[in-house]
Amino acid sequence: MGANFSAIAYLIAGVFFIMALRGLSSPVTARRGNYFGIAGMVIAIVTTVLNPQILGFDLIILGLGIGAVIGTVIALRIQMTAMPQLVAAFHSLVGLAAVLVAAAAFYAPESYGIGISGQVKTASLIELSLGAVIGAITFSGSIVAFAKLQGLVTGNPLVFPGQHWLNLLIGIVIVTIGVVFVAQESVPLFWVLVGLSFVIGFLIILPIGGADMPVVVSMLNSYSGWAAAGVGFTLENTALIITGALVGSSGAILSYIMCRAMNRSFISVILGGFGGDAGAGPAAAGRGDKSAKAGSAEDAAFIMKNAGSVIIVPGYGMAVAQAQHAVREMADRLKEEGVNVRYAVHPVAGRMPGHMNVLLAEANVPYDEVFELDEINSDFSTVDVAFVIGANDVTNPAAKTDPQSPIFGMPILDVENARTVLFVKRSLSPGYAGVDNEVFYRDNTMMLFGDAKKMVEGVIKAL
Amino acid sequence: MEAVVIDPFVFRLAIFVLAIFVGYYVVWSVTPALHTPLMSVTNAISSVIIVGALIAAGPEDMSLAKVFGFVAIILAAVNIFGGFVVTQRMLQMFRRKK
Repeated sequence: MGANFSAIAYLIAGVFFIMALRGLSSPVTARRGNYFGIAGMVIAIVTTVLNPQILGFDLIILGLGIGAVIGTVIALRIQMTAMPQLVAAFHSLVGLAAVLVAAAAFYAPESYGIGISGQVKTASLIELSLGAVIGAITFSGSIVAFAKLQGLVTGNPLVFPGQHWLNLLIGIVIVTIGVVFVAQESVPLFWVLVGLSFVIGFLIILPIGGADMPVVVSMLNSYSGWAAAGVGFTLENTALIITGALVGSSGAILSYIMCRAMNRSFISVILGGFGGDAGAGPAAAGRGDKSAKAGSAEDAAFIMKNAGSVIIVPGYGMAVAQAQHAVREMADRLKEEGVNVRYAVHPVAGRMPGHMNVLLAEANVPYDEVFELDEINSDFSTVDVAFVIGANDVTNPAAKTDPQSPIFGMPILDVENARTVLFVKRSLSPGYAGVDNEVFYRDNTMMLFGDAKKMVEGVIKAL
Repeated sequence: MEAVVIDPFVFRLAIFVLAIFVGYYVVWSVTPALHTPLMSVTNAISSVIIVGALIAAGPEDMSLAKVFGFVAIILAAVNIFGGFVVTQRMLQMFRRKK
């Protein structure tokens, strides 16, 4: 197969990947988009394997086989609530693969047509070292993100004095060694570069708290794209360059959307340390003699049964309690009673972008009953009941009224405007931002203390 | 006058820059409800890095580069199959009201 033919095939693969993302503009076209993605991947792999310099097929078939079995089994078994950590784990694999491919290109430049050992083209050395550095950061950063999301290490930010200076120092050393590596083409320096990048990846993600994970996961998504693009330049491969650019900008946009939804700057998220000690927040002191009204599952069932309309506001707590199926069953019962039920999803509810939408879809909630913040927020003032389950900070009016609050300026769901607010929560403890929520103490609020799933099951029983 | 012939790198850079813009507009049009599948599918397609791994594993003779390539094939294949399958699983669940 001629080089021009291959180049065109790679271009087609790249276009198919664009179509794959384009399909996601609506749930109707999304599945077709995924098939485009698969087709693009098949084209890219087949084109490469037909390349005349590929002579030994045993390791290729073995490697593909092993990966196919592992990947498929994981994908079929994974719980939908565990999607954030799965995506983090997958990012780490892309990162490591980028490091290995960069290393392979460095060790066997002849195979890639970028020179001979000891005399690799300077431009290729720059590209492959960029790919290796970003890949290594993606790898170790994603491992930390995975460990935090999986609960293997604490989700609290890990901060120590001089942290940012240490990171800055390592960053400068990486750049310096990178320059020397490109000039000298030294094998040990390549691995020093990779090693330091692993270290900085760990250090960057460690101080970032659990609830900032939507930003982190998006950011690592972006990094994995840039790493792929760097390697794509080394390989002079259009499919890889296009894909790297697509994924890189996709992750960057998601990071931006998540930051905007928390009214935080990207820099402040990266610097980390936000929301460690729950309860130590400034507003907690002002609680005074306010008291919250507690209710039972039966009370909640009675109120909702007699309501005309209910908006359910799910948050991370629903995912933790695996309560999504029970919530949908409750909604079904309410609908039988003639109640209009809708769902309101805040952009940062959960641990990754779109997390709640997937969980609700898993529980067979039709997607046209689920609304985004902007679409539904003004409706809270006309609704009878807001049923908040496992969400807290995203409903806190302090974001609008208290300039001292750490979440001030964050767009929130205006649940307090509903005639009655039912708040399912374990206790009155503040959310991750460490801010007390005044909605708890309002006259129109009834707190439903307990495990989210058990509470909803109690409501179903009482309906 | 110097450099009458343009370095092919410049063309690749052009593709890269234009693809960033394409990505920018395409991703903004993705509905927020599908942001999780967006991440899993971008994850799958970024594993097209497997093309580099295949080339490394291609020669008949054993070498360190070939070992790197082999390991990278496994990692990328886990991602490709895992990413597309899990995306498909998620997208199957998004249904309209009956």
